[in-house]
Amino acid sequence: MSTHRSSTTAQGTVSSACRLAAAVLLIAAPSYARAQSAPAIPFEKYTLPNGLEVILHEDHSVPVVAVNTWYKVGSGDETAGRTGFAHLFEHIMFMGSENVPVGRFDQWLEAAGANNNGSTNGDRTNYYEWMPSNALPLALWLDADRMGRLLPTMDLPKLDLQRDVVKNERRQSYDNVPYGRAYETILAALYPASHPYAHSTIGSMTDLSAASLEDVKNFFRTYYAPNNATLSIAGDFQRDSVKKLIELYFGGIPRGPALPPRPQITSQPVPRDTFLVLEDKVQLPRLYYAWRTVKAFAPDDGPLDLVAYVLAGDKNSRLYKRLVYDMQVAQDVSAFHNSQRLDGGFQIVVTPKPGHTPVEMAKLVNEELQKLIADGVTERELARAQNTTRAQFLDRLASDLGKADQLNYYNYFVGTPDYARQDAARYDKVTAADLKRVAAAYLAKPRVTLTVVPEGKRDLMVTGVIQ
Amino acid sequence: MAALAAVAGCSQAASVASAPGAAAPAPNAGIDLTQPPTLGAPKPLTLPAVVTRDLPNGLRLMVVEQHELPLADFLLVVKSGAETDEAGKLGTATLASSLLKEGTTTRNSLQIADQEAFLGVDIFAGSGWDATTIQLHTPTAQLDSALALFADIALRPAFPTAELERLRKNRLTSLLQVKDRGPEMANRAYAAIVFGSAAYGRPLTGDEASTNAIQQTDVRRFYDTYFRPNNATLLVVGDVRPDDVERRVRALFGGWDQRPVPAATYGQPPAPKPTTIYVVDKPGAAQSSFRIGSVGVPRSTADYFPLTVTNTVLGGSFTSRLNQNLRETKGYTYGASSGFAMRRAAGPFTASAEVVAAKTDSALIEFMKELRAIRDTVARDELEKTKRYLQLQFPGRFETTGGIAGQLAQLVTYDLPFSFYNSYTQGIGAVTQADVQRVARRYIDAEHLAIVIVGDRKSIEPALKATGIGDVVVVDITGRPAM
Repeated sequence: MSTHRSSTTAQGTVSSACRLAAAVLLIAAPSYARAQSAPAIPFEKYTLPNGLEVILHEDHSVPVVAVNTWYKVGSGDETAGRTGFAHLFEHIMFMGSENVPVGRFDQWLEAAGANNNGSTNGDRTNYYEWMPSNALPLALWLDADRMGRLLPTMDLPKLDLQRDVVKNERRQSYDNVPYGRAYETILAALYPASHPYAHSTIGSMTDLSAASLEDVKNFFRTYYAPNNATLSIAGDFQRDSVKKLIELYFGGIPRGPALPPRPQITSQPVPRDTFLVLEDKVQLPRLYYAWRTVKAFAPDDGPLDLVAYVLAGDKNSRLYKRLVYDMQVAQDVSAFHNSQRLDGGFQIVVTPKPGHTPVEMAKLVNEELQKLIADGVTERELARAQNTTRAQFLDRLASDLGKADQLNYYNYFVGTPDYARQDAARYDKVTAADLKRVAAAYLAKPRVTLTVVPEGKRDLMVTGVIQ
Repeated sequence: MAALAAVAGCSQAASVASAPGAAAPAPNAGIDLTQPPTLGAPKPLTLPAVVTRDLPNGLRLMVVEQHELPLADFLLVVKSGAETDEAGKLGTATLASSLLKEGTTTRNSLQIADQEAFLGVDIFAGSGWDATTIQLHTPTAQLDSALALFADIALRPAFPTAELERLRKNRLTSLLQVKDRGPEMANRAYAAIVFGSAAYGRPLTGDEASTNAIQQTDVRRFYDTYFRPNNATLLVVGDVRPDDVERRVRALFGGWDQRPVPAATYGQPPAPKPTTIYVVDKPGAAQSSFRIGSVGVPRSTADYFPLTVTNTVLGGSFTSRLNQNLRETKGYTYGASSGFAMRRAAGPFTASAEVVAAKTDSALIEFMKELRAIRDTVARDELEKTKRYLQLQFPGRFETTGGIAGQLAQLVTYDLPFSFYNSYTQGIGAVTQADVQRVARRYIDAEHLAIVIVGDRKSIEPALKATGIGDVVVVDITGRPAM
C-alpha cells in the first residue's frame, strides 16, 4: 500500500479506496491473454558520473510530458522507533530547497500548468510532475534543487508542519476509516518485528512525534543521493536537449556515500496459526485471512495473483459467487496478492451481512480453499483471470505518467525498464496446474486470522481453524 | 497508478509561459542555476477531431480517433439520472442502472460477468445526477464480441426479480454501513439541508424506506421512459474508424425505438437561512468532516469562467487559499478544497475538509476567514497564476481515450457545443479581478451558509458554540433535528 503526499484535487479529496486501488494495481502486476500484447516502450537508459540513472521515453502524440523520480528508499528501510519516517520525509521534499522558498515549489509548477505529487511504499519513494511539454525544464530544475540542496534551508517548522499534515493523513486514511487499522494489525502479525514490512508506511503517531530535524538530515544524506535515484521522463521532449538539461541541473550534485545494505529476506510461512481480534467503530464484523507468500517476480508470484482472481476477482469467482451472489451471506469479499520487492502476502477479506457471523464466513472460505487445493481450477476460470489481467497492461500505457512510473518500477525490480511484455508473458504461461500447486503450497500453510468486530462484540472473534 | 487520473497539457493561447518569479535572462547569458528556468512557449493545442453522425432514430454518434493503443471506449450517455426519482422511491435510477448488468433477455447475470472477464473488457453502468452512463472499455481485438455484449446490456435488460432482491439486500446493508463513514454521513446531511426536498437534496442511492419500496415496475419504468435514442448520445474514442463504427452502431442500435422523453423537474431548494452550524454526532471520531456552502449555479451559468477561476483561487488546487491555510500553514488537515458542482439545475457550492477533532473550532474560523476574504480583491499575481494553471493544464484532459470520452460526456449531458473547448483558453483568459469579486460576492455568502460538521459531538459542540459563527443545531444524516 502506498501513501501519497497529497490527495487534494479540484473535485475534493481522493478516498482511501482510491489509494488502495492504486496500490493494488501496481503490485498485482496483472495480465491478459489472447488479445493484443502491450506494445514495446522504446527507451534510452544511461547513468551520469554521479550515479544518477536516467530513463528517457519519447512519445509525441500529445504535447505533454511526465517526470518521475524514484529514490530507492521506503518504509522498509526505517529504523525502530521511526516508523512512518520515509513518508514524512517525502512530504518535507515539497517544502522548498536552497533556491526554492517555502510554497514556491507548488506555485511555480501550477503557474506552468503542472501538477505534482509523490508517494511512498515499503520499497521506494517516488516524486512526479505531469505538465505541458514546455514546462519540463522547470520540473527538472526543481527536482534537481531538492535532490542536491534540500538541507541548507531545512528547519524544524517545516518538519513540524508536515508532521501535523501526515498525522491528519493517518487519521483520514486509517484511524477515522472503518476497518482502517486492520492492515497494520495484520502486518505486525504476519512478519517478525525486524522485517521491513512489519509496519505500515504511514507509521505510528508516537514515532511520527519522535522524528527530529537530525533524523531528516541523516536520512537525506544517507538516501537522497543521485546514486540512489532514477529519473524517468516520458512524453513530448527532444532527447538531445533534455540530456543537456539533465547534465546541467543534476550533473553537479555530488555522489553520496555507499548505501546501507538492504535487508535480505527469506520468505517463509508464519510459524503457527495466529488469531487476533480488533474492536472498531463499525456496524458489521469483518474477517481477514493473511498468509506470507513470495516476493514480486518470484516463480510463484504470477500464479498467486491469478489465484486471487479466481477466488474473488469477478462475479463468477469462487468466493464471490458462493458467499455474495448465491448464498448472499456476505456483503463483500476480496482476495489479493501483494508482492513487493522483498516479500509478499496473500489476503482474503470477507464482511458478513447482518445476521451472519465471521465464523460462518471462515467455514465457507475454508471449504472453497480446500476445493481449490483438491480439485484445481477450470480452463475457463484460468482464461478469465488471464484475459482480465492482461488487458490492464495496455491501460498502463495510456498516460505518460503511467509509462514513466512503469519504466521506473521494472528498472528497480528487474533491471529492465521495458519489461512489460515479459511481465505479461509470465501470466500467459501459467497453467491450471500451477494454480492448484501454489494454492496448496501457500494457502494451506499457517495464517493470520483477524476478526474486526463492533465495539463490545469480541464474542464474534474467530478463534480457531474452522473446517 | 490508477489514482493518477489528471494529466496536464499545454495550451495555444496562453500569453505568459514562464514560471512566475523567473527573471528573464538575456539570451545566451551565463546560466544561473539559482533561478528557475525561463520556459519556452507552450505548443499549440490540437483538439481531437470529432465526427458526428445522427441515426434516423435520433441517436447521436460522436467518434474521436486515437490510434496510440489498440483500445477503445464506448460511452453511452443517457441524459436522465437520479433527478427523475419519485418521492418515496428514491434510488430508483441508480438501482435500475445497476441492474442493467444483472440480466438481459439473452444472458443472465453470471453469463454477462463471464463474458466481460473472458473478453478482458470493463463495462460500467451507473446513474448520477442528470445522466446515466454505460461505458465499455475494450481492446479493439475484441470489438465484435464486446460491442454485442455492450448493446445487449444497453438495449435488452430483463431486470430479473431475483437480481433486484439481491441488490436490494446489498443496498440495505450498504445504507447501514453509511454510519461507519463520517465523510459519507456529511455528504448526505449537507445535501439534505441545502436542497431540502428538491432533487439534489436526495441521496442518490435512496434510504432504507425507499429501497424497500422500489418494485420491478419502477426500475423498468425508469428504463422505458428515459432509455430512448433521442435522449442519448454514443461517444466512441480510440483505435477505430468513424465509418466502421457507424456501420456497427447502426446494426446494433438502429432498431432502438424513439419516444418523447419528459423533461425532469428539479424542485425548489429552500431559501437560504442565516449561517447555521449543523452537527451530526459520530462519537469518538478522530476527525470532523466539514461540508460548508449553499446552492450554487447550474452548468449553463453565464459566469462559468469567472466561477471556475474564483473557485480555483479559493479551493480548487493545491496552492489554493483553503489548502494553503488549513493544510500548509495550520496543519489541521490532509487537504481542504472547494467546488461548484454545476449540474442541469443549480448544484451545491461546497467547501470541505477532514479536520483533526481537537481543531474543529479553529478550522471553522479559518474556513470562514477564507470564505469572506474571497469576496475582497484577489491579487493580480494570484489571479494570473490561477488562470495560467487552468489554461495550461486544460489540454492534458485529452491524453487518454477515457479522458476524451469523459470530456465529451460533459458537453453532451449539458447540451454544450464542441466549440466550448475552443473557447476555454480565451474564456479563462478574459476573467478579471473585478469578475472574481463580482461572482464571489454574488455566489459565496458567508452570512447564509450551511455548515455541516460530522464529528464527536461531546468534544466539538461547546467549542463550536463558542465561535459565535452561527447557531448550533444537532441533526441526523437526513438533516432533521436529532433526538
